[in-house]
Amino acid sequence: MTLWPQLEPLLAKVQKPARYIGCEDGSQTPEHHRSKVAWLLAYPDTYEIGLPNQGLQILYEILNERTDAVAERTYAPWFDMEALLRQHGLPLFSVDTHRSASDFDVLAFNLSAELVYTNVLNMIDLAGIPVRAAERGLRHPLVGAGGHCTYNPEPLADFLDFVVLGDGEEVVSDITEVLVAWKSADRHAGSREQVLRTLASLPGVYVPSMYDVDYEADRLISVAPRFVDVPAQVEKRTISDLADWPYPKHQLVPLTEVVHDRLNVEVFRGCTRGCRFCQAGMITRPVRERPAEQVRSMVQDGLRRTGYDEVALTSLSTADFSGIESVVASTVDDASTPGRVSVSLPSLRVDAFTVGIAGELQKGRRTGLTFAPEAGTWRMRQVINKLIGEDDLYGAVHSAYSQGWRRMKLYFLTGLPTETDEDTRAIAALARRCVEIGREFHKNPSITVSVGGFVPKPFTPFQWFGQNTREELSRKMYLLRDELRRDRGVQFKWHDPKATVVEGIASRGDRRLGPVIEDVWRNGGTFQEWSEFFDLELWTEALQRHGLSLEQYVYRHRTEDEILPWDHISAGLHKDFLWQDWRDALAEVGLEDCRWTPCYDCGACTGYSVEHVVASAVPPAGGSQGTGQDRAKAGEVPVQLLPARATTGASMARAAARSAPL
Amino acid sequence: MRIRMRFTKLGKVRFTSHRDVARMWERAVRRVGLPVSYSEGFSPRAKLHFGLALSTGHESTAEYLDLDLDVPEDDGGSRPSPHVAALPALLTPALPVGVDAMAAAAVPSGTPSLQQAVTSCTWRISVSGAEPPEIASAIGRAMAAQTLMLTRTRKSTEVTDDVRPYLLDLTAVAPTDTGTEFVAHLATQPRGLRISELLTVLDGGLIEDRVVRTHQWTLHDGARREPLPLDATSASHAEKRAS
Repeated sequence: MTLWPQLEPLLAKVQKPARYIGCEDGSQTPEHHRSKVAWLLAYPDTYEIGLPNQGLQILYEILNERTDAVAERTYAPWFDMEALLRQHGLPLFSVDTHRSASDFDVLAFNLSAELVYTNVLNMIDLAGIPVRAAERGLRHPLVGAGGHCTYNPEPLADFLDFVVLGDGEEVVSDITEVLVAWKSADRHAGSREQVLRTLASLPGVYVPSMYDVDYEADRLISVAPRFVDVPAQVEKRTISDLADWPYPKHQLVPLTEVVHDRLNVEVFRGCTRGCRFCQAGMITRPVRERPAEQVRSMVQDGLRRTGYDEVALTSLSTADFSGIESVVASTVDDASTPGRVSVSLPSLRVDAFTVGIAGELQKGRRTGLTFAPEAGTWRMRQVINKLIGEDDLYGAVHSAYSQGWRRMKLYFLTGLPTETDEDTRAIAALARRCVEIGREFHKNPSITVSVGGFVPKPFTPFQWFGQNTREELSRKMYLLRDELRRDRGVQFKWHDPKATVVEGIASRGDRRLGPVIEDVWRNGGTFQEWSEFFDLELWTEALQRHGLSLEQYVYRHRTEDEILPWDHISAGLHKDFLWQDWRDALAEVGLEDCRWTPCYDCGACTGYSVEHVVASAVPPAGGSQGTGQDRAKAGEVPVQLLPARATTGASMARAAARSAPL
Repeated sequence: MRIRMRFTKLGKVRFTSHRDVARMWERAVRRVGLPVSYSEGFSPRAKLHFGLALSTGHESTAEYLDLDLDVPEDDGGSRPSPHVAALPALLTPALPVGVDAMAAAAVPSGTPSLQQAVTSCTWRISVSGAEPPEIASAIGRAMAAQTLMLTRTRKSTEVTDDVRPYLLDLTAVAPTDTGTEFVAHLATQPRGLRISELLTVLDGGLIEDRVVRTHQWTLHDGARREPLPLDATSASHAEKRAS
């Protein structure tokens, strides 16, 4: 039953009421039925931030295509709306048909960032569901979560009934099938636990309540399944071929302005560049490219259907896409929209960014350019395995300025392992040189240097590294600010080290953080992603009240033999591979990209019998790791060419499991 | 060639802003592939010109925009001229539910812009917190007053002026489920009177329920005329569809 008549009068009283009306092009009004599993897909931040989320939109379509499921969406109501809902005794509601969250069988969150955790609790509470999973009864919806943060689900273990690891495209259907059976059966005492136990046996589904956790002193000593049919280690899900999943087919077009307000087409998933700080690159292996032909048709159909004049080709490193120049060219040269469609490449490696790409991009409307060298010195970039030569950076910047760009943004991390002040200062020198290059072409070129504090993430080689303290990060930020003070043409922006500390707490925390997160939420700490509402003291005081410390969770180096809170989760990566990569990092030894060079057995492909799907056997301009160190070998990379796919007609090459002839 | 279009903003979509509506139209003209003229420069934009802004939350059966098509006014022949009368049927499916294109006509070059030309609007206003007789007497008092001084904030400075000249007519009091409905004909020049300001002038305790702009008017030799007239049935039909 719709709550619209009760909600409508409230909308006149809130900021940005369009957040709550739905009505997007591409939105659905599914018909609920007793026999259908009803999913409420939730993004725990505002509508403007959450609507563009592609993962949520993909699942929305897949579930609504099923005859045994319906899916609607909800986003975190802003403070004013939350107050009105609570004042009028109204629950969290879907934006599609304005139905109460309690009318759904599953409340499923997308977790893309740690600072939204308190919003998750707030939304569960607004839905009329007890925040602690243990207190939920037969009639309460199941509360689940997916997304990158679920690779360490432990801080939220007390609040989530189930957690999905990895690609969601297939597993949502597996879960739906379990729940359809549950819905048709009688509910009785114990049946909720029974369905959770069944879910726990699905690959890719983790049910925190099925595991016992033990500590000795302040150390975690074991996480063990409570039943024999519950896996000791939960493996992530991986779809083998992106070509089978051309979603979203009808990307939602919001009526009001949102972030990334444009058509988004995912060109590949996964990344094997092997940057050691990057969790996304580690947990989404292997590389699975979408056939260029499918990308082209998704772009063309999408632009025609949505009316957008901008398309983003998304991935973790879009310049690495085998068909990049031709896809960009065919989009901006489309005769029906001459010069009016802009293409943005949100994640660019400088070594693969060429004059050719720059030239094609600037034919459309020019979008912002961001490059991410990540570190200031070659030594530091060897440690993090982002092997971009200075010449590659200057070459990319030169290409961009020569093609008419006047400003660009450079993204860096500070607080990296082994970092010295020399490494930090070198960031300033890089920026300065980029501005000088710009002056060859323009009077007032500008470079924005954006610096974030490094937060070590699970399933990366840096998962053992003790994060820099807040004071140390601040010192480095000030050092850099002073260094750049007199540089005209360089703008300096930094991410608040206080927020970096809290990201660090949740990133590698264990179940003992549950009460801390609940404490922060109960004390009003929602929307912690928003700098104006972020409050470090709420967190440090809550930690103290529960006898925990920043030293223990954030600043301390982990040891090799230590049980990590996520050891019972698997992203396919062998722990000894990650440890070896950590040792290599400290020894400043780089590692090549395995999509064009031989396999080093990280475990992600072999463990799941999947493999890279890459159309080009040859790395892009910069060689497999930007150094040119393997440029000479590029043509000889052992890649097997497979016959054309029957379904797409596109000829795809797959870098098969390699026997290295080099 | 300049086309003037009349459209509605009814139902849930009324909670979008004036800017949001502009972007809906930009997407709609691209979706149907209308040959709209684009501005020059680094960031070409479709040439769409909107009339008086409608406050977020208010509905309308009388919104207007002008759009410049990239075809010669007399249609010399190389490109087929779009059939102007067919434009509403072409564009409505590309617009959100509640935004319906209702009428279209070519306007001769040199026609004043909508912002300049419109001198008054008619509103249908429902309020709660007062019965029809109370509203009727409040209307009577306001219309009988010589001056109505009101202090309001414009561009973050407080201005006190006489708003009586904006009240061209206030009529037709009728009961609704929650209160009273009346019709206001308000001048828009030089700076206009907001509905919330009108309600303050009438009676401080009124709560705005539903506000619909039903007409915008231009003056031609003293005669009131709509930029694009509409027959009454199509407007009420649109209201039903959006509700």
